Amino acid sequence: MSKLLSMRDAIADLVPDGASVALGLQLEQMIPFAAGHELIRQKKRNLALIGPISDILFDQMIGAGCAEKVIAAWVGNVMMGSAYNFRRAVEEDGMKVINLTNFTVALALQAGAMGVPFLPTRSGLGSDTVRDNEFFVEIESPFPSSPADESPTRSDSQGRLSPRGAEKLHAVRALVPDVTIVHVQRADREGNTHCWGNFGVMIEGVRAAKRVIVVAEEIVKPEVIASDPNRTVIPGFLVNAVVECPYGAHPSPVQGYYKRDDVFFRQYHEQTKTREDNAAWLNRWVYSVSDRRAYTNQLGACRVDELGVKQHAYAAQADFGY
Amino acid sequence: MTTSTISTPAKSTYTLGELMVASAAREIRDAEVVFVGMRLPLIAFVVAKKTHAPNAIGLFENGVIRSTPAPELIYTMADPPNIRGATQCLDMLGVMGLLQSGRVHLGFLGAAEVDRFGNLNSTEVRGPKGTVRLPGSGGACDIASLAQRFVVLLEHSKRRLPEQVSYITSPGNGDGQAWRQRMGLPRGGPSAVITTMAVLRFGDDGEAYLASVHPGVEIEDVLENTGWPLRSAKQAQQTLEPSAAELQAIREYDKEGFWTK
Repeated sequence: MSKLLSMRDAIADLVPDGASVALGLQLEQMIPFAAGHELIRQKKRNLALIGPISDILFDQMIGAGCAEKVIAAWVGNVMMGSAYNFRRAVEEDGMKVINLTNFTVALALQAGAMGVPFLPTRSGLGSDTVRDNEFFVEIESPFPSSPADESPTRSDSQGRLSPRGAEKLHAVRALVPDVTIVHVQRADREGNTHCWGNFGVMIEGVRAAKRVIVVAEEIVKPEVIASDPNRTVIPGFLVNAVVECPYGAHPSPVQGYYKRDDVFFRQYHEQTKTREDNAAWLNRWVYSVSDRRAYTNQLGACRVDELGVKQHAYAAQADFGY
Repeated sequence: MTTSTISTPAKSTYTLGELMVASAAREIRDAEVVFVGMRLPLIAFVVAKKTHAPNAIGLFENGVIRSTPAPELIYTMADPPNIRGATQCLDMLGVMGLLQSGRVHLGFLGAAEVDRFGNLNSTEVRGPKGTVRLPGSGGACDIASLAQRFVVLLEHSKRRLPEQVSYITSPGNGDGQAWRQRMGLPRGGPSAVITTMAVLRFGDDGEAYLASVHPGVEIEDVLENTGWPLRSAKQAQQTLEPSAAELQAIREYDKEGFWTK
């Protein structure tokens, strides 16, 4: 069954106001900017944005008034530093932020993906990030000693080192996004998806979510996906909508399709320092373009060409024959 | 990051960014597994690979593992040159799992603030008009918690080096000796803080001390610009200048000096 939809319909059908939405899960690669811009154009409100780091996409959605809260490890502009809409929203408007760390975002989504209420970690012990944070509870290992435990000594309640104290851990609460949106290189009409490059927390984020939107540079025949099943990152039965959207991740890179538009990230930093500047930026790049085709036209053929692959580097063939 | 240039007696000049990158690169020992992190450490890893640590392995939290340096300058760890020719490209849980199980020797971190005991704040600071929200932990808390040791790079000022951070994003030595064990952290802690003026290291009591000052910087300036009475090593050394090979590796890679100008 084909799940192909336009970006407009996919966002309208699958993302209601108030939804928790995970996006940007591959860190700085393949960020679904086109989907984020459609969420902005459709004036989605009270979203909870979920992601490890967000390289300016969360900042744009926050600046457009889409977000009620953010559950993330890092929000900013990776090459430039802080992002101004995020700062304004937290410092002046009191937007709620639940601070996680990259590893614990991954664990929260993995717990959701596995259908368990939490997963344990040794990360963050002693950090203020976990204090008064609904995603963390300090627990003791139920087992007397872990095979991974390097340290034979633990401290008791008086601070004395004792050989058999229980091992401290954090339980990281499961996170189940209402919708996960990913951008990938290619998928078939049913949502069976190939991706290559770095995955970040995409696979856990897809498995944990109630609904999944796959945005692909290209729609390919099912035989293409089946020819290389180890490259399949998402089985189609988890997917609700497939959107064909070339350049949908610009200005972030898509391995094998286009490189990172570093200038765009620098300009965004310069052009969103005030609320007024941000309104002008959104008007230019989101509200005044009806879809990704119009956006790409505004970017210009020269720039699109400049970002394209200059030297192809194909993987060696793998023989699945028998 | 500051942009001043240091003149040295030996005619050659290099930037402060280059000195810091070369210093960071030297923290990597050959054949170590390194959790690389954002910004300046991206270049430090490349410089180490091209000079004294050709067998170092780089782990990147987006899921990339590299045994060769990226062929071109990268601004982020997910830039296409960092994917091409990688040893492995998988997921964050994979590399973070390796970090948690103790297989990572060294992690690099940046921060807005580092304190007397090497605790890091990258979440929020107090500014003149109230709280300033910073981007957040990213993977910093995980690296500081779980690597066998970690190294921090930041600007040297009283504001950036307070006696005690107002918020511990990433745990250093807490309030001193054995704090990490009390908290339940399995290992690790800070091994160096490379600033724009000096290199700090940590004693057995968990407190930072001045290990070396950069060429052209007076010890008094370092002490004046540190937010607590900084102890000094018996003989604080001068930070080693970048070698010709290190400068070549930096300049071949960061041609326009985006990170090191």
